[in-house]
Amino acid sequence: MDISRRKFLNLLTIGSTACFALMTPLTAWAAWASDAFNATKPEDAYKNLFGSTELIESDQVKLKVPKIAENGGAVPVSVKTSMKNVDSINIFVKDNPQPLTASFKIPSGTIPDISTRIRLAQTSTVTAVIKADGKLFSKSQEVKVTIGGCGG
Amino acid sequence: MKVKAKFKNDITSVRVLAKHPMETGRRVNKETGEKIPAKYIQELTCEYDGKVVFVAQFGTSVSQNPYLAFAFEGGKKGESIQLRWNDNTGDIEKTDATIK
Repeated sequence: MDISRRKFLNLLTIGSTACFALMTPLTAWAAWASDAFNATKPEDAYKNLFGSTELIESDQVKLKVPKIAENGGAVPVSVKTSMKNVDSINIFVKDNPQPLTASFKIPSGTIPDISTRIRLAQTSTVTAVIKADGKLFSKSQEVKVTIGGCGG
Repeated sequence: MKVKAKFKNDITSVRVLAKHPMETGRRVNKETGEKIPAKYIQELTCEYDGKVVFVAQFGTSVSQNPYLAFAFEGGKKGESIQLRWNDNTGDIEKTDATIK
């Protein structure tokens, strides 16, 4: 097979462009919010994650979490809403060493209704923050813990 | 990772149980007195039909063997969803699950 140097270079360019085109959408999503996750105060985490600390308390944010948790190592949490244009659902535990616990991106077509299990180092307020229409809506509840989840 | 995906009323509901220690980096090994290095899932994604339908980013406050439930519009019985997580040490796990 006869491949000239020029053709070979062209092929390389096409190949690498294709690779980039495939990689970019994934990496755009994949930026793990390290500053927000490493923040030690909720306000710093809000600032890093949302660029704002202005939360609007709203009953439209349905936060389901037990009032008393026997084991802080696995506390079930559900967050849902009937709001439209939800961009993300975020869970914060105020008194954990790093309050930002989880951040869920909700692309259009995905239902803003998630469940997971989280750790509470001690009795703390759990706050769910929903970003919708560029605004931040929140709902908080205190969870009493009898055995911590981050001990050692 | 264990994945169950169910299609009902035009909605696919997904439940995930990922096997992972979720070490915070703050725990101390009682025998050696040394800190156990942090090892936790940072991101879990779900794709269907070439589209990202869900992204979860975790910190160290998510429980060991993380459990997740979410749902998206659409889907089809017999088709598959692709799940993937990566942790802070660079480990990756991928699983495909069939929608039932």
